[in-house]
Amino acid sequence: MQNEKVITAKELTKRFGSFTAVDKISFDVKKGEIFGFLGANGAGKTTAMRMLCGLSLPTSGAATVAGFDVYEQNELIKKNIGYMSQKFSLYEDLTIRENIKLYAGIYGLTDERIKEKTTMLLKDLHMEGEEKTLVRALPLGWKQKLAFSIAIVHDPAIVFLDEPTGGVDPITRREFWTLIYEASAKGITVFVTTHYMDEAEYCNRVSIMVDGRIDALDSPANLMKNHSAKSMDDVFLQLARKAVRKE
Amino acid sequence: MQSIVVENIVKTYCVKKTVVEALKEISFTVEKGEIFGIIGPDGAGKTSLFRILTTLLLADSGNASIDGFDVIKDYKQIRNRVGYMPGKFSLYQDLSVQENLEFFATIFNTSIEENYDLVKDIYQQIEPFKTRKAGQLSGGMKQKLALCCALIHKPSVLFLDEPTTGVDAVSRKEFWEMLHRLKLQGITILVSTPYMDEASLCDRVALIQKGEILSINTPKGITKDFKKPLWSVKANEMFRLMNAIKENTEVESCYPFGQYHHVVFISQENVKEKLEEIARKGNFTDFEVQLIEPNIEDCFMALMKE
Repeated sequence: MQNEKVITAKELTKRFGSFTAVDKISFDVKKGEIFGFLGANGAGKTTAMRMLCGLSLPTSGAATVAGFDVYEQNELIKKNIGYMSQKFSLYEDLTIRENIKLYAGIYGLTDERIKEKTTMLLKDLHMEGEEKTLVRALPLGWKQKLAFSIAIVHDPAIVFLDEPTGGVDPITRREFWTLIYEASAKGITVFVTTHYMDEAEYCNRVSIMVDGRIDALDSPANLMKNHSAKSMDDVFLQLARKAVRKE
Repeated sequence: MQSIVVENIVKTYCVKKTVVEALKEISFTVEKGEIFGIIGPDGAGKTSLFRILTTLLLADSGNASIDGFDVIKDYKQIRNRVGYMPGKFSLYQDLSVQENLEFFATIFNTSIEENYDLVKDIYQQIEPFKTRKAGQLSGGMKQKLALCCALIHKPSVLFLDEPTTGVDAVSRKEFWEMLHRLKLQGITILVSTPYMDEASLCDRVALIQKGEILSINTPKGITKDFKKPLWSVKANEMFRLMNAIKENTEVESCYPFGQYHHVVFISQENVKEKLEEIARKGNFTDFEVQLIEPNIEDCFMALMKE
């Protein structure tokens, strides 16, 4: 893994009126790293992620994503990242091919490149011959794998995944993580939130947010050692129970 | 006494020209006061089953009854005695916390005061926000309010459709503690979840996938049925290790589980030595291997492949 930093955040803060949603968080994420971003509901994960995606301006502090500044260059950030969430990913009433074309087009890929990418993507996912299938007709697991591949169709420096595997069956959930490993091996940085604690253990490093702050940040092995815990579930419960603020 | 009886329930949907079989002859029974889990991923048929049992959807064929009442003939009696918390938040977003609870109490000809005992534990946690509109609550608080509203008429059977989906590990734990307190009051609980680790918190579970029940048993009974020895391995490079193990033709399955991979071999001679051989050939370091007890997720994946 190279030491190039794809995300840097320094005392990044977001206040809504008197409420501090994100409270001076500082961290770096390296190129190709799989970075788990955990926290209880209401800890500030979504707000932090929105700032890093260029969708919300910080109140104070500094951050760069893919080399671009979150205050001045948020439009460039949007072009250089991928994003996928469980709640919204693909258009159900478009076919697989149409979805690929739409997203690749939005990111400015040429027609020729879109064609190449479509063939490649369908082959990798073993979905050849399905290009005219409506996304609505796909099982959830297929949909999520397709959504992930489309989220990185423009070869972004980093992809943000917001609970990508919720409700997916256990075998497909593991296949999805294989895609994450492959993307990481190609040098794409993966920034992922999840409620499955076994998935936290697949990450290179994990941060845990409590009450708007990052209370712990390390490799899963070190976090477990330092908290005398047998699993990431134990670590998470120990830290999240300290939360003072209500959701 | 049996609270829920389900016999050969079939439900199909026609989507344009294709027929989707949501439930394929499902049968099971739930005893009074039991916490019974329906464990399975999205698309398994959980919600169709819940809607049929709460009289909101008609099955194509088969019978079902709640407390001895038939889901078709006696639907009015059933609606009076069950509580239902749908997977999708279905309270009135523009009514306040208190107004929602009053509304549901009134519909069932009761009052908050009359059954306050039952919801007290849960309601106290959201009471500070009782004038807030339901639509403005956080996920965890919405879930607590929905549970209060499903309980306020003192139901004998509670149907909870994925109450913990998208909820963090701490809130999930608290939610299950609430369910165990409700069980002590004699309420029967049918609860569905995609989280396999929650199976161990149920008295009995049905594992369900694509409209079919894979297995019904106590959580212990399910793990006891796992047919072959299960090995857990760990080394310095986990992704490479998985690929190396999968290349071996004697391996039946290899799945990542947090910091370990769980491996099953087709035949059982010298498995430990074979795994050590894979590690040696691949120059892995910090290699660990041990025989372990399977968990519910191991069993679910093995049953999925049968």
